[in-house]
Amino acid sequence: MAERVDIYGLLAEFDAPEKVLEAARRAYAEGYRRMDAYTPFPVEGLAEALGFQRTRLPMLVLLGGLFGGALGYALLYYAEVIDYPLIVGGKPFHSWPAFIPIVFETTIFFAALSAVLGMLALNGLPMPYHPVFNVPRFALASRDRFFLLIEARDPHFDRELTRRFLEELGADGVWEVEP
Amino acid sequence: MSAEQRPPVEMATPFDPSVAILAPGHTYASITDKISALVLTRRTPRGWFLGFTIAFLLLMLLLFTAAYLLATGVGIWGVTVPVGWGFDIINFVWWIGIGHAGTLISAILLLLRQRWRTSINRFAEAMTLFAVACAGLYPLLHMGRPWLFYWLLPYPNTMGTWPQPRSPLVWDVFAITTYATVSFLFWFIGLIPDLATLRDRARRRFWRILYGFLAMGWRGSARHWARYEMAYLLLAGLATPLVVSVHTVVSFDFAVSIIPGWHATIFPPYFVAGAIYSGFAMVMTLAIPLRKFYELEDFITLKHLDNMAKVMLATGLIVGYGYMMEAFMAWYSGNPYERYMLLNRLRGPYAPIYWALLVCNVGVLQALWSARVRRNVKALFAIALVVNVGMWLERFVIVVTSLHRDFLPSAWGMYTPTVFDWTMFLGSIGLFLTLMFLFIRLLPVISIFEMRALLPEVAEAKRPADAPASS
Repeated sequence: MAERVDIYGLLAEFDAPEKVLEAARRAYAEGYRRMDAYTPFPVEGLAEALGFQRTRLPMLVLLGGLFGGALGYALLYYAEVIDYPLIVGGKPFHSWPAFIPIVFETTIFFAALSAVLGMLALNGLPMPYHPVFNVPRFALASRDRFFLLIEARDPHFDRELTRRFLEELGADGVWEVEP
Repeated sequence: MSAEQRPPVEMATPFDPSVAILAPGHTYASITDKISALVLTRRTPRGWFLGFTIAFLLLMLLLFTAAYLLATGVGIWGVTVPVGWGFDIINFVWWIGIGHAGTLISAILLLLRQRWRTSINRFAEAMTLFAVACAGLYPLLHMGRPWLFYWLLPYPNTMGTWPQPRSPLVWDVFAITTYATVSFLFWFIGLIPDLATLRDRARRRFWRILYGFLAMGWRGSARHWARYEMAYLLLAGLATPLVVSVHTVVSFDFAVSIIPGWHATIFPPYFVAGAIYSGFAMVMTLAIPLRKFYELEDFITLKHLDNMAKVMLATGLIVGYGYMMEAFMAWYSGNPYERYMLLNRLRGPYAPIYWALLVCNVGVLQALWSARVRRNVKALFAIALVVNVGMWLERFVIVVTSLHRDFLPSAWGMYTPTVFDWTMFLGSIGLFLTLMFLFIRLLPVISIFEMRALLPEVAEAKRPADAPASS
């Protein structure tokens, strides 16, 4: 059984952000693609070193904002011009300057909501289970340790060679991750 | 300016708390352990129980008042013709203003790359959230029939009507709802990585599950961090105009009307500055006891207090300018009602309150010009309290002096708050403090991951040759 690749991947532990950054760069250069790094705080350039291009989040937020603004304006237009026209202070039904504050607020509301929900969705959160948590040392990823994971799915992955490679990168320890 | 805010490069090695934003000798582990210990392992100090008990009793006072109010009606308050906006609006504006400092610290200072915000942003954001909760109570309870609050929202209804969007009061509904939501999102997003830390460090199963549930499976993946930082930055960019808009809309509640003393174009900037001013005073009021009783002097240093005092000084001077312009315009406009409003403030029945507000907000503030005062914790605490009071008095003067002398002398009257106005006000302070005490006990008061991220930057700046500190 142990011969078969039935692990999720190999997890290497480092004690400094530069080390995991360097390790990620070398692993990428080696041809590994299905990998991830785990750090207690954002490390600049680490996502890019893993081959992360750019996030679609800003586009989502823009769309969310535009949607919110349009929705707010449509709502006011429908309410004030079509459904319930009421003369107030001698102003026209379509008195757009008075609509600005509400349209502004709905724009921000939907943009902010898309920023948060979009970030969570793109990150695949909430995620009740993930194999990396099977490694007891992984609890330190939220404290002071930095981890690099190479998944078994990666075409270059080899249980022994990858382990040796990670050890050569200066890892303090390499663990097999149960699926 | 930014060069001055950076951690000092050529600093002498001994820790000088008046210029450093983080005490030396800390590692990722020590920062994590120290802040998470406040929640997880440290014995709850006796003072916490004492403070919580007092706050909780005040909260009960609020519940009692609210119950009595719902049973009886708003007649239990002192509001009547001509002053229909008494403590409700005063307290509403006061609380909303206090909230603004939290957003300023978390959003605007983030965009300005002010790294000293890191150790104060979390509890300032919590303060925002709780202050907005207190503020929201007042308009709701002032409605008389709060169970019909949803009439404020635009939805197709059997009455065939819609809210009137040409009224600033309807703008308020949207502004406050959006502000409360965005403040919550900002605060919660900031908490996720720290909730993961608590999940990984909690010893009891119950807490592991609770924090784990809230952390939503956060594991600190590099890709997640990239999107996370982007989301955080975008939220900051969205919250910045939002916070300005919220108090602008609050000021529109006054400025769009034609009441003397309210109908002024200075109101939006003057209100926004006043909001930040009072908010920083409240941050200071909370930060000083917090750093003392929880021994957080390493993280909330004198540099932080100094910077906050400077922000208070700047915004307080803008507020002072606002007072000056109000007086100038009252004279320069030549409008007899405006002139009378000013004279009434200076010499009328509420004159002592006007003079007290000038002393609190403009007079006492001038002490902050002195660097010695800005480094004196006790003096700062006292000044912050005075400013809190002063800003409350300001709202009292704005609301009451303009209303109590109507255009015709036959419609003049006096406003006297009743005991239920006071219990309501004290009660909302109780609500605020109760939430604050619970927050301090259950969640990390300082953003742990941002402090960790700060460490290499501070260390690098101090000793460029060495590798950054690690455990």
